[in-house]
Amino acid sequence: MTEHVSQKQLATVEQAKQLGLREEEFEKIKEILGRLPNFTELSIYSVMWSEHCSYKNSIVWLKTLPRKGDKLLAEAGEENAGLIDIGNGLACAFKIESHNHPSALEPFQGAATGVGGINRDIFSMGARPIANLNSLRFGNINNERTRWLVKGVVKGIGDYGNSFGIPTVGGEVYFDDCYNINPLVNAMSVGIAKVGKTVSAIAEGVGNPVYIFGSSTGKDGIHGAAFASKDITEDSAKDLPSVQVGDPFWEKLILEASLELLDTDAVVGMQDMGAAGITCSTSEMSAKSGTGMKVWLDKVPMRQEGMKDWEILLSESQERMLVIVKKGQEKAVEKIFDKWDLTWAIIGEVTDTARVQYYMNNELVADIPGESLVLGGGAPVYHREYTEPKYFAEIAKFDQNTVADCNMTEAISIAKKLAANPNICSRKWVYNQYDSMVGTVNQTTNAPSDAAVVKVRNSDMSIAMSVDCNSRYVYANPEAGAAIAVCEAARNIVCAGGEPAGVTNCLNFGNPYNPEVYYTFVHAIKGMGKACTKLGTPVTGGNVSFYNQSSDDNAVFPTPTIGMVGLIGNNRKHMTLDFKQAGDVVYLIGEHQNDIASSQYLVNVHGVQQSPAPYFDLDKEYNVQQAVLNVIKKELIQSAHDTSEGGLFITLLESGMPRGLGVNIHVDTNSFRNDALLFGEAQSRVVVSVKSENVTAFENELKKSGTTFSKLGEVKGNHIAINGVDFGTVAEYANTFNNSLADLLEQ
Amino acid sequence: MKFGVVIFPGSNCDEDAINVLQEYSNQPVEKLWHKDIHLKQCDFILLPGGFSYGDYLRSGAIACLSPIMQSVVEFAGKGGYVMGICNGFQILCEAGLLPGALLRNDHTRFLCSNVHLRCENSDLLITRNIDASKALKVPIAHGEGRYYADELTIKKLNENRQVVFRYCDENGKVTPEANPNGSLESIAGVCNEGRNVFGMMPHPERAASDLLYNFDGAALFESIIA
Repeated sequence: MTEHVSQKQLATVEQAKQLGLREEEFEKIKEILGRLPNFTELSIYSVMWSEHCSYKNSIVWLKTLPRKGDKLLAEAGEENAGLIDIGNGLACAFKIESHNHPSALEPFQGAATGVGGINRDIFSMGARPIANLNSLRFGNINNERTRWLVKGVVKGIGDYGNSFGIPTVGGEVYFDDCYNINPLVNAMSVGIAKVGKTVSAIAEGVGNPVYIFGSSTGKDGIHGAAFASKDITEDSAKDLPSVQVGDPFWEKLILEASLELLDTDAVVGMQDMGAAGITCSTSEMSAKSGTGMKVWLDKVPMRQEGMKDWEILLSESQERMLVIVKKGQEKAVEKIFDKWDLTWAIIGEVTDTARVQYYMNNELVADIPGESLVLGGGAPVYHREYTEPKYFAEIAKFDQNTVADCNMTEAISIAKKLAANPNICSRKWVYNQYDSMVGTVNQTTNAPSDAAVVKVRNSDMSIAMSVDCNSRYVYANPEAGAAIAVCEAARNIVCAGGEPAGVTNCLNFGNPYNPEVYYTFVHAIKGMGKACTKLGTPVTGGNVSFYNQSSDDNAVFPTPTIGMVGLIGNNRKHMTLDFKQAGDVVYLIGEHQNDIASSQYLVNVHGVQQSPAPYFDLDKEYNVQQAVLNVIKKELIQSAHDTSEGGLFITLLESGMPRGLGVNIHVDTNSFRNDALLFGEAQSRVVVSVKSENVTAFENELKKSGTTFSKLGEVKGNHIAINGVDFGTVAEYANTFNNSLADLLEQ
Repeated sequence: MKFGVVIFPGSNCDEDAINVLQEYSNQPVEKLWHKDIHLKQCDFILLPGGFSYGDYLRSGAIACLSPIMQSVVEFAGKGGYVMGICNGFQILCEAGLLPGALLRNDHTRFLCSNVHLRCENSDLLITRNIDASKALKVPIAHGEGRYYADELTIKKLNENRQVVFRYCDENGKVTPEANPNGSLESIAGVCNEGRNVFGMMPHPERAASDLLYNFDGAALFESIIA
């Protein structure tokens, strides 16, 4: 006998539009089902076909990214997170994800649940998270709302991560007016699994029971995925119930329980519940295996009474997992749930129908071919139009000769101003609120480096990791800017002595239906692809966050955040960024450039918002990185630190501050502007220090490499002196540098 | 010396403690589950850091009621060695095994940072190998670490030399600036009158490995096994 799906509430095209679907998508649903969907089914399609779950406006371009590599154990899209072989029988799982829209409305919970979600992606694969990073972008720090958002987001990340017990080891924080309304909160997690002991999000074996475990299900976060796929408007405050609430204690329990489950032989597949909750996990798991699933929604442990079937389906209550267990081994898994005092229930079983069928009190409330819901299956795929943004014309007009250079006396006060700039100064106020040391594997606490370095227990490996994106560069030139983001992440890893191994990306852009926004997306992907190919770092996954703009304002800067991991093997020590002792010789690997484009100096001192991306050459960049890695491996240098925001001056300062060491620098500036030399942000430059006895060997290696390098001077005393001008003591800059952010936030 | 580390739901420094104790004592460390009551013949019980039971009520307030804690209290009463680090210290105060309480930091924020400690009594099991003339660099990571006790208790702690560590600057000077959380008299760690129960907010287990480039906490573990 064929069961008939509930016809109580047949859906209308108006409802479809209200749920964020397009008219043609509603037609497509009718075609797939061969009938009108009911409201529950429409709700399911609306979340599964939302941008957040389906990648419908991005997947065409994402597929052009390099996704292959000999160390990859899972390709992008295959698993919840990227997985690379790191030797020793171990694999590294890593991924970055956005939680921008919830954080814009409720910064504490928005950021907290972002941390929770990304960690579940890692441990649902069977990997234990060992480190977290994050990339945060806020509006003007002088706005009260910005400061409220910063404090909320930082407290949210801290409270969640500190309690969950995974160290937050790195990240970045930027401030720019373009993020005034729509901040960006991107969270990354890195975990370690045993090769061959990972688990996939699959639902195989007809008759196998489907368990839900973790927190019970409430009404929070309903339509969160659809919410993340809309512009932020004044009405967004009405979407507050779309923001989920996090509980790191439960997260810790389900982490331990999940990993214990995998020590049994009972688990077929596992997935966490993130966007679109039970709907997404059940349909994705069965679609991946070509099976079907019956789900009895009334069996789901609920936090409140009277929840409707579609509310249970779409709830984004946090800290919940779905696991498919081999029939007959129920006892083994239930024992573990009970050990950790988790709420759990059998809510369904695997079938061979290729349909996801949801029941409520014995009534079939939704009956849908699983494949039709998912990315790679029936979910829509769009090629969007794009046109070159008009603002490019303004950028092209920029001529740095119209900007007055500074003399060396002016340079001193500019240096002091930049050391206090919120985009340059120390992030201590932020990271001191994160437990960065729990787990006793963070090697950069006492030995600072351009990348975070985390020891992998029971191995000869450390993993270097970094998140990077200077979105101002991407705004100026999406292709070059995105390539720079990749290269900066790799450069940071290289400066720590790591070999870049893989990339995860978080693509934060505006509304994809705006052709100018989409242009920046397409070209950022192109630049990212080129850089990843050149550096041999495949893209293993990540996420796309569109609609980062307000309806009445422009989009945020295109912000393709790069998360990268690199490997430091054979018990090699990592390279640090601090000058070690007076007398060491300071070199620049790479080239000075007469370039101030898109520098913090140009923006903050001259107020120029529109200028091209800074000087960048991908081939030269690659050679610089290879040269730096070579002299690190040959143990010829004492420190390595790349130049970035604030230019050469800030790099020298940052290398000097940890030990209060100054430098005496001489650079022939005949062909350069003073400001370009000191504060320009041309790429592909690394400042290293070398013990005097290693100078010859160091120079020989550099000459062999064919990479441009030059002697800058030496580590000396406690003043920064450049071309005979005394810029003052490192300590006085350090005071400004270390306290500026706290002063700005507590104003 | 046989070590046992208690694992509460929400403990997250348990593995760190087990690793460091195993390394220094060169023998396996017993894991003691919060629902159990057996201490497995351990000679030294460590309560690790973390957020036991989520610490949503008051740090340590629920953990001190767990079955294992009834055994720990009994064990301590008979003179058994018990030490609490961070959340473990909070639990020992809640359980009444140590005097005082740990309140929210005066600046109200969670703070994770290296700080310096001055050892105030190096005649204890956990401090006998510590050079009290030198400041130890050891990290803290807590939101509720402001040590508080009434005047009389503080007076008694001082008279009985029950203050084990105070926060200080890198030269060993106890100053208001070097006090990271507003603790009374810069107290970072105390012991009971019997000198067999110890509690400290800083994390010596995070400062005892060449992998982390900080050995300043090592003397504490060397003291215990000496």
